[in-house]
Amino acid sequence: MSELGVVESFKVTFIVRRFNPETDQEPFWQDFDVDMYSTDRVLDGLHKIKWEQDGSLSFRRSCAHGICGSDAMRINGRNRLACKTLIKDLDITKPVYVEAIKGLPLEKDLIVDMEPFFAAYREVQPFLQSTSKPDKENIQSPEQRARFDDTTKCILCAACTTSCPVFWTDGQYFGPAAIVAAHRFIFDSRDEASQVRLDILNSKEGVWRCRTTFNCSEACPRGIEITKAISEVKQATISGVRR
Amino acid sequence: MTTVHHHEYDVVIVGAGGAGMRAAIESAPHAKTAVITKLYPTRSHTGAAQGGMAAALANVEEDSWEWHTFDTVKGGDYLVDQDAAEILAKEAIDAILDLERMGLPFNRTPDGKIDQRRFGGHTRDHGKAPVRRACYSADRTGHMILQTLFQNCTKLGVEFYNEFYVLDLVLTEEKGKTRTSGVVAYELSTGDIHVFNATSVIFATGGFGKMFKTTSNAHTLTGDGVGIVWRKGIPLEDMEFFQFHPTGLAGLGILLTEGARGEGAILRNASGERFMERYAPTIKDLAPRDIISRCMVQEVAEGRGAGPEKDYVLLDCTHLGAEVLETKLPDITEFARTYLGVDPVTEPVPVMPTAHYAMGGIPTTTDAEVLLNNTTVIPGLYAAGECACVSVHGSNRLGTNSLLDINVFGKRAGRNAAAYANKAKRPALPKGTESFVVELIEKMRTADGSESVAAIRKELQLEMDRNAQVFRTEESLSHAQTVIEALRKRYEKVGIHDRGQRFNTDLLEAIELGFLLDLAEVVVVSARNRKESRGGHMRDDFPDRDDKKYMKHTMAYKKGENIALDWKPVVITNYPPMERKY
Repeated sequence: MSELGVVESFKVTFIVRRFNPETDQEPFWQDFDVDMYSTDRVLDGLHKIKWEQDGSLSFRRSCAHGICGSDAMRINGRNRLACKTLIKDLDITKPVYVEAIKGLPLEKDLIVDMEPFFAAYREVQPFLQSTSKPDKENIQSPEQRARFDDTTKCILCAACTTSCPVFWTDGQYFGPAAIVAAHRFIFDSRDEASQVRLDILNSKEGVWRCRTTFNCSEACPRGIEITKAISEVKQATISGVRR
Repeated sequence: MTTVHHHEYDVVIVGAGGAGMRAAIESAPHAKTAVITKLYPTRSHTGAAQGGMAAALANVEEDSWEWHTFDTVKGGDYLVDQDAAEILAKEAIDAILDLERMGLPFNRTPDGKIDQRRFGGHTRDHGKAPVRRACYSADRTGHMILQTLFQNCTKLGVEFYNEFYVLDLVLTEEKGKTRTSGVVAYELSTGDIHVFNATSVIFATGGFGKMFKTTSNAHTLTGDGVGIVWRKGIPLEDMEFFQFHPTGLAGLGILLTEGARGEGAILRNASGERFMERYAPTIKDLAPRDIISRCMVQEVAEGRGAGPEKDYVLLDCTHLGAEVLETKLPDITEFARTYLGVDPVTEPVPVMPTAHYAMGGIPTTTDAEVLLNNTTVIPGLYAAGECACVSVHGSNRLGTNSLLDINVFGKRAGRNAAAYANKAKRPALPKGTESFVVELIEKMRTADGSESVAAIRKELQLEMDRNAQVFRTEESLSHAQTVIEALRKRYEKVGIHDRGQRFNTDLLEAIELGFLLDLAEVVVVSARNRKESRGGHMRDDFPDRDDKKYMKHTMAYKKGENIALDWKPVVITNYPPMERKY
């Protein structure tokens, strides 16, 4: 806590990949020098650029503390949430490179078209399917609940899917986030449609496209063990679901 | 030339947080429904809620919805409409069961039922001791509610208009009565205008915490829906009551759930004293938020704050153990580590109050119908969630009652809006419905004044933190009012940089600021007029509650450029106002 109260700012150079579809043929890199504090986040830097230097810089953000999933972007070549990336954790002797996440159509500056991402999510039937009609709640033991806890953390930010080399080369691949969404229900003891989802993911563009590069797990701002979840889904397509 | 698109729906829902999506789930199977959001649904701030959702399930100990009703009334310092609180507490049980059956992964008891934890102000038998009433999913209950509702909207094929910014509500006169006939929205990705002709409209647009600097609220919580309604001449109720959540990360405002204290965490001052014992001897750290926030500010003001500047207090979780923190409070543990570099397992966490929740808003009946005055509803217009004021929260909301509110009154809004749409005729839209929004957008897109949106917003936020926060006086509030008036004048001369049509977030922020300024003025004017202290509204110059004069809701009306204030009676059924002690 010794940092609190100390107010020492320093200059950070951000190099941002810009693209305005109304005026630019191609994206280009633009430098901005910004005064920052060590406790600032990359999102604060982007705001300082937008609010003090160039109001046309466009990006999505909302909660600013890592739970809404709006501001996934590529920071120094890694997919991260801008609001969860602290300046003190970056090497600021060098410029900080910021660009849109890859593999989804670029709309403007740091904004991409999220529709293909959500389309893949919808494909895996990401909702509980159950015919039971209990008077009160469905009963689920703490152990059954723990079985899918990790994948309930997903905030649909797309950091994982857009860090996946398979997804970059084959946009038809469901991608890690959709598999995480499926995993959350496949291993939920209350759900009755696991096999439907497993059949969907056993298809040509399903789990078998995963090459286990672990990019997704490294990118996840929620710390979900995505590669593990994918391998559990792979396993389940072969030997059935063990909850 | 602006492109204008036209749509027709039975029900249009503005906002896709918890209240909006809960309404959609109720409405979509029965009426052609569209949900319009300026974000993507899963970005909504319901997802930031952490600790839980109250319902007297009595899964882990004796409880009753009547106790819950009483706690809600007392927690709101008796400004709660008691008929509404009773509905909230009674329907809570089904609201929880609905969510569980929709798939929400609640934490479980050893025998597989929904587990429950303690929360501030929720008590056994009318205040005897804390009770375990909050159903929860680790410390991401709001996230799980938002995801579950989104999943079920996906299942139902609910039509979403994502990144569409509603900027006008269309009201028409029909046989001398005002009714709603639709909304007009601006499509962020293209700059096009969309006119939605609708029989029913539900506002579920959330709060406006961004008028404060220190806030748990998202950047996007700028009160657009409440502001639109205000500009249409619909009154706003109890706007002076804003909740400052005790445990925001010091200097940042990021929320640390009250569930931490529900699990046993303790607030301490610089000397390590558990100071809440002095202020609320029975329930101590689980006193309601208004009381705890005041005590924290008082501790700091009297020199007992911690840290080099003595400007915060400490939330001590160290005795809870790593396992409880990692399994029941993992997110807040990570927030403290990430943003302050403090590990709650071994060190107490610096905290101070953070602007969190608007108790006031668009006045509604218990059927979520919007009121044009104390008694007349506007046919076809509904509101639910933080943007609305039923009033179930009175002058101070209890923790876990907001996730409950969005589910109970979101459901009521959806059901009633669909029923109305199925019996009423869709009103024709007047000619040139879109012109107001087209002109607003064009004016702002080409604005080349010398004033900066960011600078005005920052000054507003600083002023609200300084003079309209936990402690208020006539002097501080009149200062705030003068500053806001000056900022509003400067706002007329703003300029923006981005002249483009596509994803013009520069333009978006400029418009949002207009709503914040309007609403900040209503908050401050309403607060000046209430010369007493009650719940979240603490006047240093009038430190006592004054039931004789002020046991009534504020109703603020826009009259030209002025604000006219009136009152609305509080509904009292079973609980006569008493002194509020914990």
